[in-house]
Amino acid sequence: MTKHELVVIGGGPAGLAAALAAWEQGVRDILILERDKEAGGILNQCIHNGFGLHRFKEELTGPEYAGRFIDLVKQTDIRIRTDTMVLDLTADRILHTVSPQHGYEAIQAGAVILAMGCRERTRGAISIPGARCSGIFTAGAAQRFLNIEGYMVGKRVVILGSGDIGLIMARRMTLEGAKVLACVELMPYSGGLNRNIVQCLHDFDIPLYLSHTVTDIRGRDRLEQVVVSEVDERRNPIPGTEMVFDCDTLLLSVGLLPENELSRQAGIEIDPRTNGPVVWENRETSIPGVFACGNVLHVHDLVDYVSAESESAGAAAAAYLQGIRAEGEEVRLIPGSGVGYTVPQHFHRGVENVEIFFRVRNIYHNAAIRVTDGEKQIARFKREHMAPGEMENVRIPKVLLDRIAGNTLTVEIEEAAQ
Amino acid sequence: MKELICITCPKGCHLKVDEETFAVTGNSCPRGAVYGANELRSPVRVVTSTVVVEGPARRLPVKTDRPIPKGKMFAVMEEIAKLRVKAPVAVGDILIPNVAGTDGNVVATKNLQ
Ligand SMILES: Cc1cc2nc3c(=O)[nH]c(=O)nc-3n(C[C@H](O)[C@H](O)[C@H](O)COP(=O)(O)OP(=O)(O)OC[C@H]3O[C@@H](n4cnc5c(N)ncnc54)[C@H](O)[C@@H]3O)c2cc1C
Ligand code: SF4
Repeated sequence: MTKHELVVIGGGPAGLAAALAAWEQGVRDILILERDKEAGGILNQCIHNGFGLHRFKEELTGPEYAGRFIDLVKQTDIRIRTDTMVLDLTADRILHTVSPQHGYEAIQAGAVILAMGCRERTRGAISIPGARCSGIFTAGAAQRFLNIEGYMVGKRVVILGSGDIGLIMARRMTLEGAKVLACVELMPYSGGLNRNIVQCLHDFDIPLYLSHTVTDIRGRDRLEQVVVSEVDERRNPIPGTEMVFDCDTLLLSVGLLPENELSRQAGIEIDPRTNGPVVWENRETSIPGVFACGNVLHVHDLVDYVSAESESAGAAAAAYLQGIRAEGEEVRLIPGSGVGYTVPQHFHRGVENVEIFFRVRNIYHNAAIRVTDGEKQIARFKREHMAPGEMENVRIPKVLLDRIAGNTLTVEIEEAAQ
Repeated sequence: MKELICITCPKGCHLKVDEETFAVTGNSCPRGAVYGANELRSPVRVVTSTVVVEGPARRLPVKTDRPIPKGKMFAVMEEIAKLRVKAPVAVGDILIPNVAGTDGNVVATKNLQ
């Protein structure tokens, strides 16, 4: 069995940033394992621009953003081993891997960073009725076919779900000559960024049907038609509202799921709200010495936040390897009214400050984020606009943390008075 | 007053633009004012796509190095579709200068060794 100080699983933006931060903190034996042919993760297929405005103060495309981190890694002795799949992770930090170059190999790691990203929900995960014909793809799979392999998956397209990947693909396929007939969204609001609704749908006059869903899929070998119906407040289709679209392709953009098979095998505690590991403020999981960051922890919409989160995970792994242990009594964070989840899920009393990331469950205008310790308000932050599609965050400084008497802290939304 | 959503950054501010003076309100930063006025006068967009590679890698991602007039997006795509590239190419290399008569260039967004 070979030994390495720090092993990072996944060479996407999360893994790259975490490895770089650990290097800067003095860790010298770092190995990144990546199952794909090259590092960069999902960014390699996200050829559109819109990355790095926070980080680099300029708008980069996905490959450019990844390229900057890959260049930085090349200036260090961090090793990236591509074409290498991690099959299993144990609680004592042994990784079982396979690669064409090294065959099967077991690696003992001093510390591990989980940076496996996420994958798309498929038709099975949301159970759409109708025929089992070809022509139905997840939006990300279609993106990979088009941007990496150079194949168009269809000519007349309907998109189910208004997440960012679906919106980006609506524009991309239109520019490549396809006709995108409609984007259909179950909820009364879009899950994507406003800017993507404007520049991907409005720019090309693609209609967005909110509170609608696909109720039938027709076709023998290849998809021929999809039926779209309006839904009521309980999301049940309303009879008589059916619209039929003649199309050869249906793209699904119905959400992402953190990829945590390895974490589960290792026995890491998973939060059912995020589908990612439960972590402390330093992104350490329930297994000491195993950290998590990026989309494997919770789904991010902006890569800039992925990089920032991963840097703290990388620095924490370095501290762990140097024998420093986070200490203090546990304070649990509770998602209160209007809040879907929080990351971290708990923190150690006495830490310098805590930055809490979360998603709201609804669209809010002129509302406030309240952080409370039982009945006592610890902090309150005003927000003009909040939406489930945009990750929120608040930072609680030490002076306020020191006022917490109990063992829990609740984050909730206070709606504007009518 | 024309209502717009600023697309300059992910925040997506709701802007109001005066059709005569091009004065902008609702922006959280100065870039929003520039966007709002431009969007009414002459809207521009960055185009990103991929080009055919002669070699083992199949596609090379590219972009226009500045926003080009919105009405020229399909003309730019046509020129990009005709292009064939060979390694080596570095990020930022100009592949098509003044694409489709705009003052933007098509540049590589990835290294190709
Ligand atoms: C289609 C799409 C469009 C987006 N658009 C934008 C945008 O416009 N602006 C923006 O800021 N953000 C955008 N994002 C978000 C941002 O790109 C992601 O949040 C970010 O890439 C997540 O980084 P990551 O490293 O966590 O995951 P990934 O990039 O998914 O990387 C995970 C890596 O782990 C590897 N891996 C997984 N399991 C294993 C294993 N068992 N063994 C070895 N390797 C493994 C994978 O191959 C992959 O390379 C977009 C995301 C998607 C999916
Ligand atoms: S006005 Fe400024 S902050 Fe608001 S969306 Fe535009 S660029 Fe972003």
